[in-house]
Amino acid sequence: MRSTVATLPLAGALARPVAGAETRLVGVPAPLATLFPEGGVRKGTTVAVGTAGGGASLALAMAASVTSAGGWVAAVGWPSLGLVAATELGVDLRRLALVPTPGDQWATVTAALVDGFDLIMLCPAGRVRIADARRLAARVRERRSLLMIVDAPGWPELPDLRLTVEPGGWQGLGAGHGCLTGRRLEVVAAGRRVGGRERRREVWLPAAAGGLQTVEPSGAAAVPAGPVLEVVG
Amino acid sequence: MSRRPEPVGAGNGGDRAAAGRGGSRRPGRVLVAWWPDWPVWAAGMAPDRPAAVVAANRVVAVTPAGRAEGVRPGLRRREAQGRCPELEVVATDAGRDARAWEPVVAAVERLTTAVEVLGPGTLGFGTRGPSRYFGGDAALAARVEEVAVTAMGLPPGDGSCRVGVADGRFAAGRAARVARPGGLVIPPGESRAWLAPAPVSALGPVYEDLSGLLVRLGVPTLGDLAALPAPDVLGRFGHEGMAAHRLARGLDDRPVHGREPPPDLSCAVEMDPPEERVEAAAFAAKTLADQLHARLDAAGLATTAVAIEVETEHGESLVRNWRHEGALSATALAERTRWQLDGWLSGTAGAAPTGGLTLLRLTPLEVRPDGGRQLDFWGGLADTDARAARAMARVQGLLGPEAVVTAVLVGGRGCAEQIELVPWGDALPDQEPGRPWPGRLADPSPAAVHPAPLTADLIDDAGRPVEVSGRGMISGAPAALAVQGGPLEEIHQWAGPWPIEERWWEAGGRRRARMQVVVGTGRAHLVYRESGRWWVEATYD
Repeated sequence: MRSTVATLPLAGALARPVAGAETRLVGVPAPLATLFPEGGVRKGTTVAVGTAGGGASLALAMAASVTSAGGWVAAVGWPSLGLVAATELGVDLRRLALVPTPGDQWATVTAALVDGFDLIMLCPAGRVRIADARRLAARVRERRSLLMIVDAPGWPELPDLRLTVEPGGWQGLGAGHGCLTGRRLEVVAAGRRVGGRERRREVWLPAAAGGLQTVEPSGAAAVPAGPVLEVVG
Repeated sequence: MSRRPEPVGAGNGGDRAAAGRGGSRRPGRVLVAWWPDWPVWAAGMAPDRPAAVVAANRVVAVTPAGRAEGVRPGLRRREAQGRCPELEVVATDAGRDARAWEPVVAAVERLTTAVEVLGPGTLGFGTRGPSRYFGGDAALAARVEEVAVTAMGLPPGDGSCRVGVADGRFAAGRAARVARPGGLVIPPGESRAWLAPAPVSALGPVYEDLSGLLVRLGVPTLGDLAALPAPDVLGRFGHEGMAAHRLARGLDDRPVHGREPPPDLSCAVEMDPPEERVEAAAFAAKTLADQLHARLDAAGLATTAVAIEVETEHGESLVRNWRHEGALSATALAERTRWQLDGWLSGTAGAAPTGGLTLLRLTPLEVRPDGGRQLDFWGGLADTDARAARAMARVQGLLGPEAVVTAVLVGGRGCAEQIELVPWGDALPDQEPGRPWPGRLADPSPAAVHPAPLTADLIDDAGRPVEVSGRGMISGAPAALAVQGGPLEEIHQWAGPWPIEERWWEAGGRRRARMQVVVGTGRAHLVYRESGRWWVEATYD
């Protein structure tokens, strides 16, 4: 009986109407859902992600939630993208197309990809003309795709949403021993689409168990702690 | 997906009519020429030096000198190198194999029309006309062998190419594989008796599962299989077993329907301005192959043989027939067209076109009902997949087919070595993750892998550069890191060095020592020391 009751919320989630708000949104990893008032990123918007100290992982975690929902992701002009890290964060490589070196044709390439892809991660090369940025934003809005501008502080248009990362330190590495296991960081969402104020969320990215995980409010580390020594006598 | 081989003879006008409607009629006479270990020839290896071509870590072809050292196809690469340390190893390349085969096909085509490429290293044609012209099957076989080896620049008596003539493609292919130099001719009507002692594994890789089962059931040879009653074979093993039974009886694998494909199935694209670059023509070929496949699909048909035809601005017309065991998928069709265009346009063939291409046409030579494919419950390829494929095709049109890639995980130690990039639409390589790669770093992997490693300076407390000794010990604890001549950043956490020695037994070997360091604002780098200096391989972004 207890188990039946426990499964009711799940049944509710499965039976919820497909049309409506959900089809307007692109899913995000569950720990990040509270960053967005609607629980996801609205389709047809432009998101800027800074890559300082964790932005690439954040972009990949967002891409993972798109591919796991059956969507397609493209990365344009991003030859340094760590693809092993992408699989570890849950990206389905069969649904990830790469155009590593589009040269100065990146705007044309991105415009072509907007038609068929649910998420386009773009690292523009060189100076970005404002006309290109406006045209891309308009096309993304029209095709209801999602454009993620990665590591482009010189992007001339104001993006709908700006995601930045505040580093919180690596776990697992000491002075001459250990190896990297997990990183704690704070994701900050700002811009027009987050209800006027900054929203923050502290997460493990990557977590020791892989992927993106919430930092428990108690502050307990997601890194499995060693045996705790207590004074007993 | 039913994957059954097709008879060669059935493709050629007269033979088809003769064999038509004949449920158990003897198939037409067919000549098959087979070049053993073709991939090593295509790779330009000298036969007197030990060399091998490997695919997915297994040897697929060896030079005669390599065989003399005990290297055999099917061996693991490491085992092969163990048997013959000086073995030269080349990765497989189907495009190269097909390109190199083109001059041989062109040479044989001067003897007869309707030569069909069965795959790189194999060709076949019906002997009905040419055999009479050249004075019998044996004379024809000798002539084909001579022409083929001459096309590769070898003396006429060289026995590198093997030729077999028999009833039907299966028997002829088998004859070519066991033929001695000079050719092997199985007299008309004797193919069944000749095939009888062969093991059932001779049915080939398409019937691999079935032949394994037959052996376990006590049916070790083709003769034993042929002796079973046909209705029982059909009842127990289904259509696949029936096809194998027909082959074992010296027949074609299924009765030839002799049905001409309706003329409107051929697809053509005109190129204006004329196209001289292989990439651009191959891109047009890809679209065309998709179009042809869609058209066949709509008619419920699959094709097993296709004619690839081009016309040039100087009015030349080149045609080549390709055949495949089992139905040709759109990708396989596009791949073969690209190989063929590559063979023509790169000018290695005897009859290279003198001008740009103005027309490309694909004509299915033989169709059959597409019995095999079961679509997904909701209608096969999802709409989103089709949209993404179209978008990628458009970008490939803009930048060339190599510009859009998909990634596949393969084995390796370095960050970049674990990934293989494959142009979108090409066949994916065999995946080999999960195997132990000693020296591979534990998860998580860095999210930014620098395409070319960045130079770095790593210094200790006293400001001296950190060095790694031959025994993998560092000279002092690293205290600061500067990337590409930038400012020095203090190192908070570090671990390593972890030495890796790769391929130390040959000239291209690498010795590295890797370390993880966390600097300044919590940025973590993967650095390594090689040839006396430090490099940043990747960043944990």
